[in-house]
Amino acid sequence: MTATVRTTSRPEGGPERGNAPVRVSVPTLPDGPESRLYWAFADCWTIVRRDLTHLVKQPVIIAWQLGFPIVSVLLFVYVFGSGMAVGDGVDYKTFAMPGMFAMTMAFGFMNTAMAVVIDKDRGVTDRFRSMPMASSAVVTGRGVSDLAHASIDLVVLAAIALAIGWRSDSGILATLAAFALLLLLRFALIWVGVLLGLVVRNQEAAGNLFAVAFPFGMISSVFTPPSMMPDWLGTIAMWNPVSSTANAVRELFGQQSPELGTSWIEQHAVLMAVVWPLAITAVFLPLAVRRFQSLSR
Amino acid sequence: MKASEHAVLAEGLSKRYRGRKNSKQALDAFDLAVPTGSVHGLLGPNGAGKTTAVRILATLLRADGGRALVGGHDVRTEPRLVRRQIGFTGQYAAVDEILTGRQNLRMFGRLFHLSPSAAARRADELLEQFDLVDAADKQVSGYSGGMRRRVDLAASMILAPRVLFLDEPTTGLDPRGRNEVWAAVRGLVAGGTTVLLTTQYLDEADQLADRIAVIEHGRKIADDTPERLKDRIGGDQIEVVVADAGELPLAAKAVARVSDTEPRTDSETLRVSAPVSDRVGALTEVARTLQDEGADVVDIGLRRPTLDEVFLRLTGGRRDAGHPDDSDHRAEGTTRGVQREGETA
Repeated sequence: MTATVRTTSRPEGGPERGNAPVRVSVPTLPDGPESRLYWAFADCWTIVRRDLTHLVKQPVIIAWQLGFPIVSVLLFVYVFGSGMAVGDGVDYKTFAMPGMFAMTMAFGFMNTAMAVVIDKDRGVTDRFRSMPMASSAVVTGRGVSDLAHASIDLVVLAAIALAIGWRSDSGILATLAAFALLLLLRFALIWVGVLLGLVVRNQEAAGNLFAVAFPFGMISSVFTPPSMMPDWLGTIAMWNPVSSTANAVRELFGQQSPELGTSWIEQHAVLMAVVWPLAITAVFLPLAVRRFQSLSR
Repeated sequence: MKASEHAVLAEGLSKRYRGRKNSKQALDAFDLAVPTGSVHGLLGPNGAGKTTAVRILATLLRADGGRALVGGHDVRTEPRLVRRQIGFTGQYAAVDEILTGRQNLRMFGRLFHLSPSAAARRADELLEQFDLVDAADKQVSGYSGGMRRRVDLAASMILAPRVLFLDEPTTGLDPRGRNEVWAAVRGLVAGGTTVLLTTQYLDEADQLADRIAVIEHGRKIADDTPERLKDRIGGDQIEVVVADAGELPLAAKAVARVSDTEPRTDSETLRVSAPVSDRVGALTEVARTLQDEGADVVDIGLRRPTLDEVFLRLTGGRRDAGHPDDSDHRAEGTTRGVQREGETA
């Protein structure tokens, strides 16, 4: 009935084979001195297209990802916001929005972990590994599409922020630099997500990663300045990479809060917003690669 | 044994899984020779090492010892060359649920390094061949189990591989889905593909395989054609069922005259049976004798032993001994599985 859907474009109009057994004429694999680098990029792109198709077919993934930050924005800015004083003359909205961007990036590693664990669970990863494709593409493709996903998240969040009256107080370059730092944090967390996705047993276990993500995102300067927390908690929050990114972004937006900036790490937020992600990548990228390779052990 | 005559040649493969709490010898000096163009069944109880063997041959797992050639290439030193010649279908239909059947096949075609147009053309061909044209543009998540398996098989067939590995291809399928998969496999074999198939279903091995290797505790304990395996436990059996227990000795005497072995008498089912070589001669003679004696015979006939009997005989009747649960079966393939097994033990 849906035969019309078929896009039969057999070039020479070869004979219909009907129920004939399997065609043996092998589509030949281009051989010769193939460039491994070329295929590493080509295969990566194939995987990226696949992952982006997932996003297009399941826009609900983006909705889930943004649901928590958006509800938080509304809750903190409109419900608690009137009671939140984060410094003289600082609008809570101005404080919270950059934090929200950073928190969304921080939670992103769960998307990566979930996607990795689903592929592993369903045997798709094994299928890829049994094929003559560039094996790096499985991971690099994941990384590129996760960054694309994160960019979409940021665009949607920024639109919501603009709608409720938030503005960047600095120029276009500084504003773009702020978004670049946000994506850098997300990039670093891809490797954490890949590693966790390979380590956890199944999708349910990956869902439980929220128990890790939640304190990671919340015990930070996202919603409140660490200086307003108990000392020990404030110290943890200050040194949280999410705080560095949040503070750096505030700085670049020209919205530094007077409550921030007493300690060294807060003085050097922009620097640390670069150092932290690089450090995380330096640790977790090799771990993730090793774990991927150990699938054959 | 020459590699050119054998699509798969494994010698002395061994593999040990080291879990946190326990370790397990999954393969122990495992040998296998699959002649080019044949279907070889790998049969064994849960946890016997079937999946481990197939995963090593498909370059997914590294053996601790031994050597294996697939399509003439060493799986350890030339995995990329091996991967160009194989198709692999694991225990779960490893296709993307969110993409359509067509998108899946195109994606895998691209990853096999076909050009976009060649990948699209090949996808169309395979959809037609595996009878998936109607569902081609629907998401795989809406497919039946049999349809998923067919997409899975089609994905393994993109380069028309020389060797196809099927790890329990019909586990979890209903009879209809199972028939669909069997038909697809027969089609591939007709096209010249060599197939190595693991299964727990004896009838599946009987239906599809030219030869069957029986594996237990990581070792091969038999490797022969299904018919010769059946012959091994005595070939055909003659079976007489009488109406009355008092006539059992009479029947036993008649059967004993045509068989070299002492007949087995089962007084509960009133059955006497014994292996015979001259099938029809034995049948007529026993029938005539019993008629002459005036015995009240309910049934008389010849019966082929089933593979089940062969299997029970070979594995000493311990078909599931030591492997009572299904998690063990899942655990077989991966290290993480062994860890899980250890933790829940």
